Amino acid sequence: MTTQADISAEIAALAGQPGEQPRKDYPPYRSSVLRHPAQEPVLADPEGVELWAPAFGHRDVDDAEANLTNRHPGEPIGERMVVTGRVLDGQGRPVAHQLVEIWQANAAGRYWHQRDQHPAPLDPNFTGAGRCLTAADGTYRFLTIKPGPYPWRNHGNAWRPAHIHFSLFGTDFTQRLVTQMYFPGDPLFDLDPIYQSITDPQARNALLAAYDHEVTAPEYSTGYRWDIVLTGSHRTPFEPGEAP
Amino acid sequence: MIPAPGQTVGPFFHLGLPYAGGNELVPPADPAAIRLGGRVLDGDGHGVPDALIEIWQAGPDGKVVREPGSLRRDGWTFTGWGRTATEADGSYWFSTYAPGGPVPFFAVTVFARGLLDRLFTRAYLPDPDPADPFLAALPPARRATLICAPQPRGLHFDIRLQGDDETVFLAYR
Ligand SMILES: [Fe+2]
Repeated sequence: MTTQADISAEIAALAGQPGEQPRKDYPPYRSSVLRHPAQEPVLADPEGVELWAPAFGHRDVDDAEANLTNRHPGEPIGERMVVTGRVLDGQGRPVAHQLVEIWQANAAGRYWHQRDQHPAPLDPNFTGAGRCLTAADGTYRFLTIKPGPYPWRNHGNAWRPAHIHFSLFGTDFTQRLVTQMYFPGDPLFDLDPIYQSITDPQARNALLAAYDHEVTAPEYSTGYRWDIVLTGSHRTPFEPGEAP
Repeated sequence: MIPAPGQTVGPFFHLGLPYAGGNELVPPADPAAIRLGGRVLDGDGHGVPDALIEIWQAGPDGKVVREPGSLRRDGWTFTGWGRTATEADGSYWFSTYAPGGPVPFFAVTVFARGLLDRLFTRAYLPDPDPADPFLAALPPARRATLICAPQPRGLHFDIRLQGDDETVFLAYR
């Protein structure tokens, strides 16, 4: 069986190469081998709908969906925390009134998902999925439980660093992003081929939340801040109301 | 400011992303509804059972839709956006309208376990304008991967992540 030492050697061999994005062809993440395009992407000017993002609103998302801790009769087990920050486009402008979706493991590192076979307890008071809309200044905010690290079967004794999955939309279609937010100082970072598939350490750091005492609640929750800058096409977007 | 890189949706995205009615932009009983469907295939030609597909499209009049309501469809409002997870055999389908306008295509986003960042592509309606500059610049065999095949009441569009008939994926300027 492939060991962590084998995977760590493969990670080291590919480390440090420049690039804002993960390498899609990244053999240390074994599931990528048959699922990455071998051809280079074709450059395209965004056209038509690609110049716009889908619209979401309060008909789609209830404010209560930003709280992952009160979906069940009891309190979930674990470190209660606020996760907040701003969603910005590539020019630093806020992405306002747009959809943010998250999903995560519970405090024991177990997902509420039938394919998760990790023999850690499910928490009957924690499902682990939430949504919200950004405010006018791009701010999103969730109340949740700090997820635990969990094992997976990429190689022998493989563990994922603790993370929250994030799904984001921007002001146009080209900014669509699904990623993972990590916690500072996780000892599993160097061992994880998914995190290390972003071979540029500066780019990798953009997925790190920071503990922020300002967003904690006294005698209630800790708090983390993570600002998310989207990329996509580098055009100047249309002003609202300019729809074709 | 450093942009946030992508990461795979992983194997557990069903917990957070798909939702009831996500693939029904239009109720299938609508007489104008078409079925856009196909399979997501890996480099060995096997179906990818844990992929997620999103489409974003203009309405039949060619206009970009600015209506919310995709996540809780009311059965009347066409929002132009849909999302679905693939089945065990890698198949997916949407019930929708054919997009109109001068360059009619579905903008498609592909996510999957094993895919470290999302992929963008376009599913063009059959018989696209031969003068379309983007399509015309592609070699014919590659161009063909972007064009839906007509079917009774619908369109067929396979997405090949890797291999001889690999789908053309886009990077936006
Ligand atoms: Fe995960």
